[in-house]
Amino acid sequence: MLKKLCEMIGVSGDEEEVRNYIRNQIESYADELIEDAYGNLIVRKGKDSDRRIMLAAHMDEVGFMITVIEKNGLLRFKPIGIPARVLLGKRVVFRKKEVKGIIGVKPIHQLKPEEKEKVPQTDQLFIDIGAGSKEEAEKIVEIGDYCTFDTRFSKQGDIIFGKAFDNRIGCYVLIQLLKNYDLPGYYAFTVQEELGLRGARIAGYRVDPQIALAVDTTASGRWPTEKDLPQYPQITKGPAISIADRSVICDKELTDLIIETAQKNGIPYQFKRPMIGGTDAGVIHLVKTGVRAAVLCTPARYIHSPLSIASMNDIEAMIKLLGLSIKEILNKGALWN
Amino acid sequence: MELIKKLCEAFGPSGREKEVRELIKGLIKDQCDELKVDALGNLIARKKPESDSKNPSKIMLCAHMDEIGVIITHIEKSGFLRFAPVGGVYPGQTLAQRVKFENGILGVIGVETKQGTPRPPRLDNMFIDIGARDREEAEKLVKIGDMATFHQVVEKINNRIMAKALDDRIGCYCLIETLRRVKNNKDDLYFVFSAQEEVGVRGARTGAFAIAPKYALAIDVTGTGDTPESPRMDVALGKGVAIKVKDRRFIAHQDIRNRLIQYAREIKVDYQLEVLEFGSTDASIIQIVREGARTGVLSIPTRYVHSTGEVCDINDVEQTIKLLVHTVENGFD
Repeated sequence: MLKKLCEMIGVSGDEEEVRNYIRNQIESYADELIEDAYGNLIVRKGKDSDRRIMLAAHMDEVGFMITVIEKNGLLRFKPIGIPARVLLGKRVVFRKKEVKGIIGVKPIHQLKPEEKEKVPQTDQLFIDIGAGSKEEAEKIVEIGDYCTFDTRFSKQGDIIFGKAFDNRIGCYVLIQLLKNYDLPGYYAFTVQEELGLRGARIAGYRVDPQIALAVDTTASGRWPTEKDLPQYPQITKGPAISIADRSVICDKELTDLIIETAQKNGIPYQFKRPMIGGTDAGVIHLVKTGVRAAVLCTPARYIHSPLSIASMNDIEAMIKLLGLSIKEILNKGALWN
Repeated sequence: MELIKKLCEAFGPSGREKEVRELIKGLIKDQCDELKVDALGNLIARKKPESDSKNPSKIMLCAHMDEIGVIITHIEKSGFLRFAPVGGVYPGQTLAQRVKFENGILGVIGVETKQGTPRPPRLDNMFIDIGARDREEAEKLVKIGDMATFHQVVEKINNRIMAKALDDRIGCYCLIETLRRVKNNKDDLYFVFSAQEEVGVRGARTGAFAIAPKYALAIDVTGTGDTPESPRMDVALGKGVAIKVKDRRFIAHQDIRNRLIQYAREIKVDYQLEVLEFGSTDASIIQIVREGARTGVLSIPTRYVHSTGEVCDINDVEQTIKLLVHTVENGFD
């Protein structure tokens, strides 16, 4: 299932395929299913209650939108959440269309000496779908079409390789919770997170929860440095719990409860690097009269690039930690005042 | 002065306002009709209108409890701590400052001195020394994610107050005093001591949503143009309360602004008009929550904002309270 989720194409604003797949997976576990005007998929499990807990994972991934079709048939594009340095020479794939392309790059024979060590800016790059002219290209694609990296999913022992780990892993976690844990709550699969947490705001408004948990992915990796500097969480070392990021200062009682739950049950955990990035919790915690929020992230290396690396054990630990924590949360009256 | 000292010296970076909140709670619990704490940590006190009041309006008064600070991002093998800012922390005002954690642990901010370190240094060239000899010892005292504030005592210099966190404990002080002094209010008053202003006016948003006020006033500090070679700004210490016209993200509702001016003249309170070209306050969000609220701001002129030596004038504070009391007793209808 994770393989399918990660190989699907669902760039911000174009989450239809992912949404339909998730819908099929969870329909039979839901007591109510809402697809809102913006494209969020919200599942209620259990009875409608005054105590509402909301879990949020975004369905969208980083990718590209076609902006201009040049006379010579090459496509100009706008990247969503991707820096130019990971683009050169990469294969891309369009949703619904039997067409692939490549982000063109001058071969070494054509490079001027001063160009060899430089990364071109995104606006100097183009996608080549093999069309010889504007007319030919227009038969296949149109302005506004989305595409993303053409990357297969694979697995070596505990380690998985693929694209869109940010945040199909989060979607996978929520689906597993729905299927295997009988926990009442609102499970929101949100849209357009990568464009600025757009879907989560209205999903949060609709659910109007007292407690929210954002389930996302965070950048991992240890880069060799001379200095002993702040580190990112490591893959295979367990879920990363956030204290605060640029979008939210997580609720202390709620976060402490999750940490205690991990400690009590021997689940490995680590901390997300504080004050970087943002998640759906950033907008959900400010909905209406305010929401206690916590953030849990699966660490993944090289996110927002063609290929990420993560650990299945981390994902299993995340599911377990969330399942056990939600049970504790539901029983802890002090959090619901 | 004793109360201002307590308020300013209390620990309360954004999201960790508990100590300040408990302090204020203890001071006002007998002065108000309702008191509650919401999910973000706002303290909201209600003072109901007089029973014979006809058509009372909801008025929200807001001052934020939180102050800027730092958050631990890493503990080095050597026992030094790396940190990230919480709110607007200026590198130039950070060097060699003392910091204090919630559990009372103290430290001092040091800086990399090797050749090649950027001048002026950035925050990521700095570290906190808590006297630990190595990581193991440091981890017994603090952990990653712990927050600290800049540590300094409050002093009186001439007729002025020098303190950390005047932004915005002095606003909290004005609200506490107003709540104590106000009599016969015809309107429904909500005193909001808000959380998480310094990281993007977060508490005021949910507080305003819960209250849905018709009118609102934020009480906060503002910069001045009265120090050597400062940017041109027509606000000075000692010239009275500043009635805000605009700042970076906010334009005061003209009726509110004009009413504040009218009241100030009526009771002969010294006031100045404020146009602030940078910064903003809780008012910027309160005025656009739900259907919107008619919103204004009273500012206490303050020098060196976001440093450990913020300075304001006692008389300006008194003028602010006087105008506030008169305003909430008479309302905006």
